[in-house]
Amino acid sequence: MNRYPLWKNLIILIALVAGLIYALPNRYGETPAVQVSGTRSSVKVDTAVMDRIEKLLQAAKIQPEGAFLENNSLKVKFAGTEAQLKAKTAIQEALGDDYVVALNLLPNTPGWLAQLHAKPMALGLDLRGGVHFLMQVDMRAAVDKAYERVAGDVRRELKDKKIRAGSIKRLATGVEIQLRDEATLAESRKAIERSLPTVQIAQQSGEGGYRLLLTLTDEEQRRIQSDAVKQNIATLHNRVNELGTTEPVIQQQGADRIVVQLPGVQDTARAKDIIGRTATLEVRMVEEDAAKLSEALAGKVPAGYELLEELDPRGNRPILLKTDVELTGENINDAQAGFDDQNQPAVHIGLDSAGANIFRQLTAENIGKRMAMVLVEKGKGQVVTAPVIRGEIGGGRVQITGSMSTADANDTALLLRAGSLAAPMEVVEERTIGPSLGKENIEKGFNSMFYGFGAVVLFMVIYYRMFGVTASLALGANLVFLIALLSVLSTTLTLPGIAAIALTLGMAIDSNVLINERIREEVRAGVPPQTAIKAGYEHAWATILDSNITTLIAGVALLIFGSGAVRGFAVVHCLGIITSMFSAVVVSRALVNLIYGYRRKVTSLAV
Amino acid sequence: MLEMFHLKKDIPFMSYGRLTTTISLATFLLAVFFLFYKGLNLSIEFTGGTVLEVRYSQAADPNQVRQSVEALNLSGKHQEIQVQLLGSPRDVMIRLPNVSNITSAKLSETVMAELRKTDAKVESRKVEFVGPSVGEELVTHGLTALALVCVGIIIYLGIRFEWRFAVSAIIANLHDVVIILGVFAFFQWEFSLTVLAAVLAVLGYSVNESVVVFDRIRENFRKAGMRGKGINEVIDNAITATMSRTVITHGSTEVMVLAMLLFGGPALHGFAMALTIGIVFGIYSSVLVASPLLLLFGLTRESMVKPVRVKEEAVV
Repeated sequence: MNRYPLWKNLIILIALVAGLIYALPNRYGETPAVQVSGTRSSVKVDTAVMDRIEKLLQAAKIQPEGAFLENNSLKVKFAGTEAQLKAKTAIQEALGDDYVVALNLLPNTPGWLAQLHAKPMALGLDLRGGVHFLMQVDMRAAVDKAYERVAGDVRRELKDKKIRAGSIKRLATGVEIQLRDEATLAESRKAIERSLPTVQIAQQSGEGGYRLLLTLTDEEQRRIQSDAVKQNIATLHNRVNELGTTEPVIQQQGADRIVVQLPGVQDTARAKDIIGRTATLEVRMVEEDAAKLSEALAGKVPAGYELLEELDPRGNRPILLKTDVELTGENINDAQAGFDDQNQPAVHIGLDSAGANIFRQLTAENIGKRMAMVLVEKGKGQVVTAPVIRGEIGGGRVQITGSMSTADANDTALLLRAGSLAAPMEVVEERTIGPSLGKENIEKGFNSMFYGFGAVVLFMVIYYRMFGVTASLALGANLVFLIALLSVLSTTLTLPGIAAIALTLGMAIDSNVLINERIREEVRAGVPPQTAIKAGYEHAWATILDSNITTLIAGVALLIFGSGAVRGFAVVHCLGIITSMFSAVVVSRALVNLIYGYRRKVTSLAV
Repeated sequence: MLEMFHLKKDIPFMSYGRLTTTISLATFLLAVFFLFYKGLNLSIEFTGGTVLEVRYSQAADPNQVRQSVEALNLSGKHQEIQVQLLGSPRDVMIRLPNVSNITSAKLSETVMAELRKTDAKVESRKVEFVGPSVGEELVTHGLTALALVCVGIIIYLGIRFEWRFAVSAIIANLHDVVIILGVFAFFQWEFSLTVLAAVLAVLGYSVNESVVVFDRIRENFRKAGMRGKGINEVIDNAITATMSRTVITHGSTEVMVLAMLLFGGPALHGFAMALTIGIVFGIYSSVLVASPLLLLFGLTRESMVKPVRVKEEAVV
């Protein structure tokens, strides 16, 4: 009666073998490596680059452990971190700015395991060191910006159609257009309806004048907000790629938050600087009227104008700009740092076709006037340069020069190239963990787990003898299953995750204790051994199921509502409960069956 | 056979009901008192702020570190600066409040620059900054999770057993949660997100314990040998029968948790501590709180074993 059919034994065997195979990659450590990739997708990393790097390393007397090309990037392994760092500097110097050279750790998974898609668990930041940011996207600013765009579009459209409009005002939640009479009102309404189908138009005519009020539908606002988060994520991706970090995590969390994790980043200050920056470029017209400027300087900025500072090495100058934004960074295709005719550091900008059109129209209409390039960071604008427009500029090539150093030009180009943020972001959570602390956390976490595991096994074997041995083996199988599952699902292991593994193992033994106590009870009641085993397992099952499901309910609640540390704990905890039910009941039963089920006569049980 | 609890007779747990309930009530009220009087020492994950963990090249003096940080004069919020040693005399944790006009990156750099004046080799091991808006959300999420766990367990136990079991189990285990929180408030240990995870895990874990006892009670009601016995005796027998399992199971979990407490380092300390307390009170409350509550709610044999209904047949 205590024999499993062959298929059941086979399934358990297969599960065990699969578990061992997929848990195995975690045994091999990681090798320090240097990763080389192109700053743009057009820069190819191929065998030619590989050849160059190999020769270079030979000349520098650094012995690489191996190199391979993958997804347009080259990874070179080294024996130690010292060689890795030396190699990084050497390669960076030789290859120049077109390539990103980053430090990386590569798993030492043997080839045959890699072919089975077996890979080690990814380690969380608290275990390997790195930077973690949680950014909050300013949703109101995203909608504000959309209204800004609507106002600009309306202005252009009405000008195109030669409709004379009064002021076009940005309200808190809409755009207001003042018009002369009924006829222009109807005409402009028609024009706007055609060119901007997504806006809602309310009109007001009569005593107070003729007005059109444009608003965005709730649905449109929601779309803008979700697009803003998506665009910010894309921008962050670009910026992080520029930084040359490997395996970054950039994910949306909730409706308006973005998590950025950069494992292994050593230079955290630069990472913070580049990621946290929210630079966008705006092109606006300068107001030359001296009266208005002095009024503004006196503290009374006229409506429709904004007082900013123009950067200058000899001291910043105040400059009065119109608030209307003619062109934004969204129309930028490419930005490169370089030099202008006078050999001054400059940023060369390429605009997309819409941007090029707007820019041509703008320059054609404003010859002789000054135009300001405003770099907006954290809601504060600074005028980088304000050149006089000499003539119509077509083709979408723009050059910004002014008071900037080469480094400024590089940074500005990087930020503009990486794309602008659709809405400003604020860092609401930040964590930097040094690599040494991460190493210590792994060591301590796993050590405490093994001490606990050892103590439990020792007790079980002494107290329950043979059934203690089977229970301990089942517990070991549970650990293997859990680690294999975590590796296959590519869950990120964090310190709370290790704690969850330890706790789950401590709790998993409960099922075997329940079973063994039941078997003892049956034996005490005088039931023959084989029947006692069967009855023990059967009676304990209902209790095991109930108790595990209640624990699982708590685990799932943590999974749903947890973030960060709690989530890392909950994932492992829930998976552990599931694997423990299988190993404690099925695997241990199979072992007991193999030991007792095939004996002709069992007189007593070692329980 | 090695046995710890081989009892010939059932222990009359239920007759101590009054005593145990009084003890529970007293500890519970004490915990609530400390929770309100002293409050939880919430980590920056909840309150917002910046925490730095630094390692000195030799033993550091926390007082001196505190003085140098205070000398930076961060918005005059001196009383909110905490400096403490972390495990070893070289490791120092510095906790700073949110300072409105400088960014966290700037703040940690300023502090590090100041610390380098006394020890050039001081190493920044961890910097954590949490903005003020995140904390509130964590509190609501934590409470929602707690409520969800309670509702989930009540529904499941209500279906598997009966409402009296479900409600007794939840009350008994919430009592554990309050006691853990009370202990954390009393000692002013830092209550972090991982501690919250541990507290919620304890909730699931001790319900598990109650379920084992309840399972036995239900089984006993159905047993032929128990038919003539009163409710008290049925419960006493169930508790006595599961006693040895209770001690062994909790013992092994406790061993695991103690290993974390002793060898896991400062990062796992709060988590392991919450679990250690939780497991001890978990045993106590499932045995000596949940079961008397069952009696209090008026559990009878009929509420578990449905009387066989006489079929009413009508002749058509």
